[in-house]
Amino acid sequence: MSTTLRSEEMILNVGPQHPSTHGVFRLVVTLDGEQIVDADPVVGYLHRGTEKLAEGLQYTQIIPYTDRLDYIAAMLNNYALVHTVEHALDLEIPARAEHLRILVMELNRIASHLLFLGTYLLDLGAMSPFLYVFQERERIVQLFNEISGARLTYNYMRVGGVKWDAPPGWIEKVREFVPFMREKVKMYDKLISGNEIFLHRVRGIGVITQEDALQYSLSGINLRSTGIRFDLRKNRTYSIYDQFDFDMVTAENGDCYDRYYIHLEEIRQALNIVEQAAAQIPDGPVLGKVPKLIRIPAGEYYTSIEGARGELGVYIVSDGKDKPYRLKFRRPSFVNLQILRKMLIGQSMANLIAILGAVNIVLGEVDA
Amino acid sequence: MFSWQTQPLTGLNFLGMVIGAVIVLMVVLVVVMYTIYFERKVIGWMQNRIGPNRVGPFGLLQSAADVFKLLLKEDIVPANADRLMFMIAPIIAFVPSFMVLAVIPYTAAHVFTAGLNVGVLYYIALSSISIVGIVLGGWASNNKYSLVGGLRSAAQMISYEIPLGLSILGVIMLSGSLNLNTIVAHQATDRFGWYIIPQIIGFVVFVIAAIAELNRTPFDLPEAESELVAGYFTEYTGFRFAFYMLSEYVYVFAIASLGTTLFLGGWEGPFLPSWLWFALKTSLFIFFLFWVRATMPRIRIDQLMSFAWKVLIPVALFNILLTGALSLIL
Repeated sequence: MSTTLRSEEMILNVGPQHPSTHGVFRLVVTLDGEQIVDADPVVGYLHRGTEKLAEGLQYTQIIPYTDRLDYIAAMLNNYALVHTVEHALDLEIPARAEHLRILVMELNRIASHLLFLGTYLLDLGAMSPFLYVFQERERIVQLFNEISGARLTYNYMRVGGVKWDAPPGWIEKVREFVPFMREKVKMYDKLISGNEIFLHRVRGIGVITQEDALQYSLSGINLRSTGIRFDLRKNRTYSIYDQFDFDMVTAENGDCYDRYYIHLEEIRQALNIVEQAAAQIPDGPVLGKVPKLIRIPAGEYYTSIEGARGELGVYIVSDGKDKPYRLKFRRPSFVNLQILRKMLIGQSMANLIAILGAVNIVLGEVDA
Repeated sequence: MFSWQTQPLTGLNFLGMVIGAVIVLMVVLVVVMYTIYFERKVIGWMQNRIGPNRVGPFGLLQSAADVFKLLLKEDIVPANADRLMFMIAPIIAFVPSFMVLAVIPYTAAHVFTAGLNVGVLYYIALSSISIVGIVLGGWASNNKYSLVGGLRSAAQMISYEIPLGLSILGVIMLSGSLNLNTIVAHQATDRFGWYIIPQIIGFVVFVIAAIAELNRTPFDLPEAESELVAGYFTEYTGFRFAFYMLSEYVYVFAIASLGTTLFLGGWEGPFLPSWLWFALKTSLFIFFLFWVRATMPRIRIDQLMSFAWKVLIPVALFNILLTGALSLIL
């Protein structure tokens, strides 16, 4: 008879209904004590078949569907789609429309990063930041409400421009928001970045090497945290980003702390862009000359933008009709999620939340 | 000094004891209910929220409504749970939380206080029993989250009981008594004043260990909602859940009372009546716990353990050494 106690691995289902998976993400974790032996992400609980639905829709009709992908940063999704269509049609966009787009996109990036800060700290057990960030986010959401009539799913961009011009006083409100937000970022930096417990939870945790980041095709903050300088706004400039002065934020260690800090720093950079765009916005039309029925010439088109979570690409195969033959979204959340298993194996259960949170996924985008 | 313990057990005395116990129980229940209300309000204000304000004026009846709601809820026992253990676990966790309150000297008149000569020991010993209830609840639920939560809780509370006990040792050395009444009396006459001054290291260790004992932020791992859903009471509903919840808040009150008694001079204080002094100091202590909760993120389980064994216990031991050395010299 064996004298040792029999022990076995435990399989734990994290999700699909779990407070820290930010939606309906399921992770089948095999645990040896508190150590993760294997992790098997199961996605698709929020799958709505957006890409298939798009095949039966005209290009303008697809825009509201993109709102529902990454619902935290819907403006950027809007833009990703219209940008590809505009690229296919080789359209000229009025300057005011471009500026408005930059304004709402960068504001949306700030809102998205703010939400990351709040939920990430909530995952780590600090409940106050979550409630704090919603106040600043509320101001951005109010601005969006005024310009597009919606707080979350904006449906604001159109092929050739934007749907609505800014209401009177809107640009001033954006200008006032910039210094206000700068102060708040300073406050968050002070409150969170130096907290000893927080540092212990995130420093050196979930390290991604440059090789891994490239092999797993990471993009966005997950890639930049490893020190690779890749930001589509800089590397493959689109829209009028080349007119603005802002820095690409990178870090060296590739751990969760770096990812947190880049989020904070990118809010500052986004504020710089917003400030400049709000200062030099010209008058003029907000919608260019676009045919009533948009038909893209037969062919394949791909453009990508720097979304809040990484490279957000739209790939259109057109057979010359008014609807795409095939439309594919390159969803950064989905791609970034692939490295999760590699990061989790060998970690403790408590690190799972810190690592998953820092990857910063949105399930609407993962499952499309 | 009048004490029930020294009285013969006659029918009248027994009645007096029962009435005294019931009064303390009632007062504590009300205090605990308003502790919950106080926490929600304080944290609400810290987070720029309003806090409960719907039930009764300023939401004062919110906790009562919550308890009442829990009473009316269905009592669900999971299908594969160990039924008996599942049912009695909350009671095992709950009962000691009230029992420890017997030795706390709330006022200068010790009518309702059991003036036990081993009061401190009694407190520490009884509060350990609650851990059994928590582990049992986690194990009997037949839920993996509950199990991990229960085991974490056991490991944490056992680890932190040691620094808690050691931090109190300095006070005992100064006062030369385990009786809480005597400890309070000593602080009134001690040349350094309240023991928070000569025992500042002990006090800091005590507060940290107390927060960990209470399973509160930043040591709220057993119920780390982001990892373990709700921890050991994931499967509990209705009044069994309320038992766990209540015992947690009774312990908040109890540990604040103990800290007040040991380090802040208990009911001692000029001008105001003694019970009011006690209430003020205890509220301050409780407020501090809530303040920490609104401020801190959660520490990780392995860091929590190494913190207890590698930092708190050596510091507490050093404090004992220092106290001994200083009381020899001075």
